[in-house]
Amino acid sequence: MSDGLPPAHAVVDAALAAAGGAGCVVLVEDRSEADVRFATNTVTTNGVRRARSVTVVALADGDRGTSAGVASRSGAVDPVDLVRAALADAEGSPPAEDAAPLLGGGADDRFGDEPATTDLDVLGGVLAALGGAFGRAERSGTVLAGFAEHAMVTTCLGTSTGLRRRHVQPTGMLQLVGRADGGARSAWVGRGTVDFTDVAVEELEAALAQRLAWAAARVELDAGRYETILPPGAVADLMTYLYGVASGADAEDGRSVFSASGGGTRVGERLATLPFELRSDPGAPSLECAPFLAVAASSSRASVFDNGLALERTAWIHDGVLQQLFYPRARAARSGCTPAAPIDNLLLELPGETASTADLVASTERGLLLECLWYIREVDPTTLLLTGLTRDGVYLVEDGEVRGAVNNFRFNESPVDLLSRATQAGATERTLGREFSEWMPRVSMPALRIPDFNMSSVSPAS
Amino acid sequence: MPRETRAFDPDVLAAVREAGLAEARRLGATDASLRVEDVRSQVVSLRDAALETSIDDTELGMGLAVVHEGSVGYAATVEVTPDAAARLAREAVGAARAVAIARRRPVELAPEPSHGEVTWASPHATDPTTVPFTEKLALLEAWSQRLLDADGVDHVTATVRCVSEHKHYADLAGTVATQHRVRLQPQVTAIALEHDGAGFESMRTLAPPVGRGWEYLHGDGWDFDAELAELPELLKEKLAAPTVAAGRYDLVVDPTNLWLTIHESIGHATELDRALGYEAAYAGTSFATPDRLGTLQYGSEVMHVTGDRTVVHGLATVAIDDEGVAAQSFDLVRDGRLVGFQLDRSIAAAAGQDRSNGCAFADSALHVPIQRMANVSLQPAAGDGPTTTELINGVDHGLYILGDKSWSIDMQRYNFQFTGQRFFRIEGGRLAGQVRDVAYQATTTDFWGSMEAVGGRSTYLLAGAFNCGKGQPGQVAPVSHGTPSVLVRDVNVLNARTEGGR
Repeated sequence: MSDGLPPAHAVVDAALAAAGGAGCVVLVEDRSEADVRFATNTVTTNGVRRARSVTVVALADGDRGTSAGVASRSGAVDPVDLVRAALADAEGSPPAEDAAPLLGGGADDRFGDEPATTDLDVLGGVLAALGGAFGRAERSGTVLAGFAEHAMVTTCLGTSTGLRRRHVQPTGMLQLVGRADGGARSAWVGRGTVDFTDVAVEELEAALAQRLAWAAARVELDAGRYETILPPGAVADLMTYLYGVASGADAEDGRSVFSASGGGTRVGERLATLPFELRSDPGAPSLECAPFLAVAASSSRASVFDNGLALERTAWIHDGVLQQLFYPRARAARSGCTPAAPIDNLLLELPGETASTADLVASTERGLLLECLWYIREVDPTTLLLTGLTRDGVYLVEDGEVRGAVNNFRFNESPVDLLSRATQAGATERTLGREFSEWMPRVSMPALRIPDFNMSSVSPAS
Repeated sequence: MPRETRAFDPDVLAAVREAGLAEARRLGATDASLRVEDVRSQVVSLRDAALETSIDDTELGMGLAVVHEGSVGYAATVEVTPDAAARLAREAVGAARAVAIARRRPVELAPEPSHGEVTWASPHATDPTTVPFTEKLALLEAWSQRLLDADGVDHVTATVRCVSEHKHYADLAGTVATQHRVRLQPQVTAIALEHDGAGFESMRTLAPPVGRGWEYLHGDGWDFDAELAELPELLKEKLAAPTVAAGRYDLVVDPTNLWLTIHESIGHATELDRALGYEAAYAGTSFATPDRLGTLQYGSEVMHVTGDRTVVHGLATVAIDDEGVAAQSFDLVRDGRLVGFQLDRSIAAAAGQDRSNGCAFADSALHVPIQRMANVSLQPAAGDGPTTTELINGVDHGLYILGDKSWSIDMQRYNFQFTGQRFFRIEGGRLAGQVRDVAYQATTTDFWGSMEAVGGRSTYLLAGAFNCGKGQPGQVAPVSHGTPSVLVRDVNVLNARTEGGR
């Protein structure tokens, strides 16, 4: 796709030149995306799009410290105008509490390369397979719905201190829901991928068919606490929420589940008896993500001053002990902690475990197997109590066998608490969270066995 | 000086729509529409009176939708030139061709006549995005400091979000609409740490987001001064309040809380695309299916719910929607019975309806319009109607709930759970101090079926949200919900602490 936008590196250089030697960070994000939705056994909406967003962080030094101004615009921006807008905000701001010297460093070899692109051709195989799948579904009384998308996001980051970083992030996912008997039986499968070469619609269809077959028998159960096997995808959504609230500042201010009673944080405290590791790693195979920080706005998790910060394998929880929270550099210095910024993937592992979800089922005397969780919202931040629903598949397991589908439940549970109560974990595998994959598509998780998962009430939904 | 509001150049727009629509027609599109959008979004957020987050983002983009040989296609870019528009037409038709292999039924759009040239702006005095950053900062600093200075407040978060949305729409039927909307959302949260150092309580302002200008923050539509004045004392009382005893209670629900219950359990449940299965993989379906239209008893007889895209200051209010359909107002629930659905053009056609009722929206030129929520509102009692105090007087043992906080509802919109900002015990018809840790849980039709009374016009408030999510890729829509205070009998109340195992 040809277009009239100037190269990203030229935009970075022009904006830095416009800043005239003042402290400045320029972030150019080129997005190329293609997606298709489907429902009622046919394709519905789709989209192909190309977007560019340019963010300038301009710094102003004053007697009392450095302040920052941030401005973002899309498309063919005028760098001079954008720098002027950011600088005006910087000059009107008090010194920034997250101020830290801009990072220097080298230039990536491919900094000047064209942005990566994608289009619907990447989904050609999926679309062709879906055509057949819809026909088979219709004949078998199943209704398919779902979503396939592929994105290539090219980030170019430059600073007035000479840093030039570039990262190309491919993201893909396919989700498929099958409903039968007017929705009384339903199942979901989702796969994360880089390029769709490893995704076979037929394999997903087979997984759906198995679950819909499991649901041929139906069991009504009351609310209560049940031994429950959370599959990797459900664990992903719960851990993604936990990851999202891991701000050191919030913990120090007494405002989070990671606040220590009486002040300070829970870093160093054992959260789980099992030696879990929750980590992020830009180099994790098949989950590769940017090895440097690129943020267009400061928050309690990350600072615009830290743009370009090298991101490395970081254990948030190690050996069951809380190890690290998010700390922008300035806050970390004040608190005497190690700085750490959010990294775009998340892995939970219980070292040495090799069991699959099916193995966990096989060793269950009586319990529930979930497929996924939905509408997960915070009820109490002090414990990170979350509420939500089971969706598209709850199954009763007896003597190692799935006996049938159970009604849905509303749950009330804290992911921090679940880690402490888990009695078994399976092997860590690439998965996709049903709800939060939109924000955290690169996840590897194990299945977890929870002896007493709190199903708070029955949901008549299916 | 405020920056100039960026207005569209009419010559550029004329050239762009001509190029895009002509190319779409030439390629055989039977329907085509083009949107150019310039959306400026700002966030200023302070933590303990110090600036934490500043966002000032302007997205100028263009999108083109086609129906081509029974398939739809959508393409978008951030370039706004005639060449780019023509290219989008080719890409959109290309997308329609690419997906045809998996299309089992043709897509049709319910007809909509041309509305000619339409120009519309949401009523406001000052576009909030043109107010200087320093002025926003100064106001939030003053608000934060005032609370931090108060006894018992340990931390304060203050945020204001401002949006200015310019949309230019043109279609093959001949409608050319140029619209400008503004909106803003101020939120201030005071936090008090527990005396024993374990945990905290918070209390947020109840001021709703609105389709108004910056004047809203200076008293036009809300009394922020009064609200900030009472917040510390209310928080202190909440921190010292007993935890709620779980059980069944009669609830008087304030509009500042009930709007969200309406949004989740009525607003989304009466979206026909959901009911037909178009959101089965994501947002979900609905228990309120078309075969139950006219027969489903949604709630008690005092329940009258409307959908509209016309109410003044409404966040979903427009003149023309993103498919060229004129804004309308319609009944969804009348005398407690389901009588209508929210529609866009393709869903209207799929359901055999003559016309869309104007609920198409896209949150950006980069996204395809889909059916999104109208302002869905519960109507107050006719005449003078009861006041909130009169509703409370009618309760022997209950709770008065104000402010929204946590929310969750299942994918068919049956089972929901909400918390809130403030919970007052009601004993013998009178308020008897705050309790904490309240969550109410119910099934949609049970809850609305137990609604004994709706308050009068004096209790009515237009509240709403900036952040309604739907669709894949995800889109975020602003929407308002008007509601009076209501009295609901015998609702299940949980204790959130007990639920958390503490």
